[in-house]
Amino acid sequence: MSRFVYLLVFFFSFPVEAAIDAYPFPNTELQERHNALIEELRCPQCLNTNLAGSDSMIARDLRREVHRMLLEGMSDEEILDFMYERYGDFILYKPRLQKGTLLLWFGPLIFLLLVSIVAFRLVKSRKARISTLSDSEVKRLEELIGKK
Amino acid sequence: MTVNKSLLIPLVVFILLVTVLALGFRLEDPHYLPSQLINKPFPEFSLPDLHQNDRIITKADLTGDVTLVNVWATWCPNCLVEHPELMRISREEDIVLYGVNYNDETNKAIRWLERHKNPFKLNIVDNKGTLAIDLGVYGAPETFVLDENGVIQYRHVGAVTRMVWDSKILPVVSLLRKQAPGPSGDSE
Repeated sequence: MSRFVYLLVFFFSFPVEAAIDAYPFPNTELQERHNALIEELRCPQCLNTNLAGSDSMIARDLRREVHRMLLEGMSDEEILDFMYERYGDFILYKPRLQKGTLLLWFGPLIFLLLVSIVAFRLVKSRKARISTLSDSEVKRLEELIGKK
Repeated sequence: MTVNKSLLIPLVVFILLVTVLALGFRLEDPHYLPSQLINKPFPEFSLPDLHQNDRIITKADLTGDVTLVNVWATWCPNCLVEHPELMRISREEDIVLYGVNYNDETNKAIRWLERHKNPFKLNIVDNKGTLAIDLGVYGAPETFVLDENGVIQYRHVGAVTRMVWDSKILPVVSLLRKQAPGPSGDSE
């Protein structure tokens, strides 16, 4: 009997898929902007998922808000501002250029600069050391090599 | 012995890097989002009352005194955890609580409050989550302290326990009351 039930369940179960909210857009341009925005915005509740990839309640609500604002004719910048005013730096995967994020933006550049200076100096000092053999030293060196 | 000074540079760079990373990635809860709304007015809204569907609640209903606004839902386990403390605050403390019923079903919410008792003076139905989004809420429960002008002065994410009330919320409330004595005149 239990085997029969098992078979029944096996054959008559329906595939379950995560719900994808299909918002109607009047044109593909808006649709594409919607997709781009929800790719770029981070889900506030999740640590590393964007709005597009999260099934959490807040992500769903925010996708709906992005859709609403696009239909109302708001620009991408205005929508990002709306999100920023409420959720701050966290929600933007691309952090804004401001006092707190200066190091984030230019840190790597500064690091590269420092490393290049160090590398340049090291190479230079090594060259200088090689070329500082005086004539007598060269002679002595040749003697030593000749002896061996 | 002479030390080649340039050999110290990697060490200096390493120490700098560690300092910067330590400041940037402090061992704090990465879930914690600093609120954008501190010192900003509570967002304008007009949403129905949970217990009286034809009644519309607006921001004007929340202003006039220092208040707590608590975002809660029946699907939120931590809301149940903090509920006894909210009940205690509503009974013992001199402050009014308002509830924002977030992304919930009205009937479920009413039954939930009947079963666990209602600490809120009013319950705002936010079943689309729009007020919650304006508040920058990313989960429930969250609790906001509003001054008498309806400006958000403090936000607590997570359950309000006795410890949170004593160490975080009460100091803010007392400070606000001292700055502007309420209508009851209990400034001391």
